[in-house]
Amino acid sequence: MDELDRAIINDLQGGLPISEHPFGEVAARFNIPEQELIARIASLLENKVLSRFGPMYHAERLGGSLSLAAMKIPAEDFERVAGIVNAMPEVAHNYARDHILSMWFVLATETPQAHAEALKKIERETGYPVYDMPKIKEYFVGLKLTA
Amino acid sequence: MNTEPVIDGPESLLDGIDRQIILATQSGLPLEPQPYHAIARQVGVTPEEVMARMRRMLATGMIRRIGAVPNHYALGYKANGMTVWDVPDEKVDELGERIGALDFVSHCYQRPRHLPEWPYNFFAMVHGHDKPEVEAQVSQIAELLGDADRGHEILYSTRILKKTGLRIGG
Repeated sequence: MDELDRAIINDLQGGLPISEHPFGEVAARFNIPEQELIARIASLLENKVLSRFGPMYHAERLGGSLSLAAMKIPAEDFERVAGIVNAMPEVAHNYARDHILSMWFVLATETPQAHAEALKKIERETGYPVYDMPKIKEYFVGLKLTA
Repeated sequence: MNTEPVIDGPESLLDGIDRQIILATQSGLPLEPQPYHAIARQVGVTPEEVMARMRRMLATGMIRRIGAVPNHYALGYKANGMTVWDVPDEKVDELGERIGALDFVSHCYQRPRHLPEWPYNFFAMVHGHDKPEVEAQVSQIAELLGDADRGHEILYSTRILKKTGLRIGG
């Protein structure tokens, strides 16, 4: 990752235009060809410097259900449970955290009913209870990280 | 083509074409010079229609933004703390807005407690290059909360097990 990559990451966290040639517009700001910008984004994705590139959808505004959930998983059973949880398409993110509640995941479903079913399935297949923590209120979502 | 509304309620603004656009883009935007044209070919509508619909979804907040999502770790943000706080319910809205405005907080929510084991009702995600940086951020939040901080913890992520973003079914 060079200085230009860093500048591209900082810029593109702000948003790609919706236009005929969005990459061309951004590339022009950096004085590079459109194809070079596209190749750099592809390489940043390939190298996992970027985890995604594209629209960030707001689940609840699409009518879906989004929830943070946690489980207390003993270390010796952690990989088995992570395998089960990660295999579910409803699980958007899953993180290991240094707490007795050691596994934290985000469940994104199209309906509240699908949410409840996914939770039940996880409890049944893993054998551990899930602490469901759907948001009551969102105060802020955003932040640009400086590359 | 299915153009039935898929969602009920006041925000019942999505139809089958919107849904196909979401399906075509939820794992990422096509990396080609005219990405919206590529989506249009896939969905079977004009590029102008794809762009108009995505602009509308952006304007109504259905799309938060279109852009790059960095991997925190790869950018040197090795200390990613989920800070959790026990704040009196009657104060959480006012304090939540103020803490959400701090420049190092990326996400900030009120969530349900699970008493007695989990007394925390307020979550703020903070990001630093190391733990001392995160601890300084936490002190700043604690100072802002004052007496309303009835207890807090920092849960650091030790591993990303999965990160794919939102998915809806096909």
